[in-house]
Parts: sequence; structure tokens; C-alpha cells
Amino acid sequence: MLTIKILGSGCPNCKRLEREVNDALSGQAVDFEVIKVTDYADIMTYGIMSTPGLVMNETVLSTGRIPKRQQIIDWALQYQTAE
Amino acid sequence: MQLAQLKPTRKDQRPFLIVAVLAVLWFIAYNNLQAIADWVTYTVLDFSREDQLGEALNFFIYDTPKLLLLLSGMIFLITLVQTFIDTNKVREVVEKRGEGIGNLMASLFGAITPFCSCSSVPLFIGFVQAGIPLGITFSFLITSPIMNEVAFVLLLGLFGWKVALLYLASGITIGIVAGLILGRMNLENYVEDFVYAIKAKGGQPGVAVAIEEKPTWEERFQQAGESTREIVGKVWLFVIIGIGIGAFIHGFVPEDALSDVMGAGAWWSVPAAVLLGIPLYSNAAGIIPIVSALLGKGAALGTVLAFMMSVVALSLPEMIILRKVLKPRLIAIFVGVVAVSIILTGYLFNLVI
Repeated sequence: MLTIKILGSGCPNCKRLEREVNDALSGQAVDFEVIKVTDYADIMTYGIMSTPGLVMNETVLSTGRIPKRQQIIDWALQYQTAE
Repeated sequence: MQLAQLKPTRKDQRPFLIVAVLAVLWFIAYNNLQAIADWVTYTVLDFSREDQLGEALNFFIYDTPKLLLLLSGMIFLITLVQTFIDTNKVREVVEKRGEGIGNLMASLFGAITPFCSCSSVPLFIGFVQAGIPLGITFSFLITSPIMNEVAFVLLLGLFGWKVALLYLASGITIGIVAGLILGRMNLENYVEDFVYAIKAKGGQPGVAVAIEEKPTWEERFQQAGESTREIVGKVWLFVIIGIGIGAFIHGFVPEDALSDVMGAGAWWSVPAAVLLGIPLYSNAAGIIPIVSALLGKGAALGTVLAFMMSVVALSLPEMIILRKVLKPRLIAIFVGVVAVSIILTGYLFNLVI
């Protein structure tokens, strides 16, 4: 099981990141859930300085940009086995 | 990653080649715009050179592609530079400086980062978490929205590089000065309490941060290309509408029609322009071409610049977002200090130029 968190207050890029993650992983053999973290107090506990932030199983993987789909898939495969 | 290392070096040069070819095409197009506009208006459409409608049309045919080309090219360069900026590193650098130099650096940093009001809050909290004084944080928060890359490029295209640099220099100065003033006012109590609560908690032990790889040039070009498409896609229509209205003013409004209202002699025009600019926000891209046409009709440059800074720096959406981390009183002080700084800058320019 992979827990993916999207850190962002609802800006356009945060929504786009969420869509990208869903699109990238929909065809993959990854059991995942996406949680949107929109409260600044919660977002900032991850110590990020720009949104959107992408977190997989509590590891911050990217901030302030939207990673490529292939990168998202690679991370998902890497972090789902890490647990 | 491993694949990238195996790639032959020739492939690495391809993105540079593409960018170089585009740059050459860009220069050829940009340098021939006036000739094309003249040819279309006076040869193809057969207007006489004295015709007012012809003049307005020529202005429009020349300015529209010019500004859109300039926007695409410059925004690409600016966003390319931005791919090198790491907010965490910036925080580390600013953290080590005290008042003064810290304000200057925060303000410079604010000038080059893209401003999206939704990214200002995490950055604000990040600065506070690092123990960076509030005044320095405000220097960033003030300069960042004042220095709008679209506004900068439009000024460059319509008013020339002197005015564009003047805008850059005054934006940075306003950030430094207003930050220094706000820093002296002991406003820490007017920051929302939860911001400090996060600070006290510190880093969560369970949170690990994966080290991000440095992007390749190809990725940087791609990123800059995407950002450019996004930014230009958002503003092009406003720019064209603005140029359309500007062209009309250019052709039909008599010279000096505005010198009484917006000229340097009218003392009240600067504060009026700033007040008027606060509720106007999303149309900043369209306002500049209009304003540039007004300048040719007797409006004063200081008034015009003050108006533009007010449009881009003080806006309702931004205040609503800042409300999440600042108490209302601090927002009011923030708006007041920034507005007064902009008004003074406007007067200064009207006096000097």
C-alpha cells in the first residue's frame, strides 16, 4: 500500500499534480491512495518552501513543480516496496 | 538515470540546437516587424499615412506581434533562470544575514522568483520557521508581487529598457525600505499564532526528504518552455485587448489631452492612481499597453509607474491569501506601508524625469 500526499492549498498546480499522479498510476500495478493536505499548518510540518509538494509514504519527493509521469511511476514503484 | 549516462553526447546537444534555431528565428521576426506592419497598412490595405484609422491600425499590427514575441522570449529566459533558484538554499543564505543586507537579499530574491500568491504563504512560514526577522520576510513579500515578469517585459517593449530598469530598481528599493520600516514596528504579535506553533514543533521525526537530482539542461529548457506557454497563455488576450484600446487612443485622442489629469502638475494624480490600482488585478497585462498610449498623451511617467505597481502589488486575492498567516491589522499596516512607498516613488519619478 502506497500513501500519496499532495501538499497544497488548492492552487491550480496542486490540482494538476493530483491529476498527474492519478493518470500516471492508474495503469500501474500499484495499490495507492491519494490524500490532499490543504491546511497550511499540516503542509508546513513537512518543511517545504513551495507548493505543490508530493509525498509518498511520508517522504517528500518534490516541491514547487510537477514531476514527469515516468518519474512519478518510478517513485511509486520504489516507495511502495520500501515499507 | 542509468539510461541518461549511456546516451551519446550528440543527443545532449539537441536541446541547445533547438533553442538556438528558435532564437535566430525570433531575432529575424522581431527585427522586421515595423516593415511588415507598414507594408500591411500602407501597401496591402492602402491607407494614406495621414489617415488616423491607418495610424491606429499600423500601431496595432506592429505592437501585437512585437509584444507577444518579446513576452515569449523574455519569459522563457526569466523562467530558465528561475530553474536555478532553490528556495531552501535562499533561506539558508538570507538566514545568515542581519537587517539591511538581509533585506536587500530578500528583496532581490523576491524580484526574481515568480509570484503566485499561493506560494507566498509556505515561503512566509518557512522564513519564520528559520527565525528570519519579520522585516526581512516582508522585504521578500513586498518585492515579489511588485516585480511582475509580465509587467517588466511589457515595460521593456513599450517604454524601453530605462523605464524597465527603473521599475526593477524601484521595486527592489520599495521592498527594502518598507521591510525595514515594518521590521521596526514589532509586529510579531500580529502574525497568526499557528505559524509560531509550527516553528516550535520543528521538523517531524518521521518525515524524510529524498534528495532531488539536479535537472539536466534539457529538463530546464522543457520546464522554461512549459512555464512560458502557461504565462503567455494566460495574458495574451489581455495584451491584445490592451493594445487595441491603446491603438485607438494613439490614433484618436488628441495630444496633451491628459496632461491636466495625469500630468506631473496634478499633485493628486499619484495617490489617485495608486488607489485606483488596488482593486484592479488580473488585467495588469492589458493595462500597461493602454497606459503606454496615455503616456504619449501627456500622462506623467511617475504616475503611470505608481499605478502599475499598485495594480500588480496590492490586490484583493493576495490579501485574502495573506490573511491565512497574518492578522487583519498587520495586513492593513502592510497595505498602508506599501501604498505610501509606491506613492512616494511616483512623486520621485515625476520630479526627476
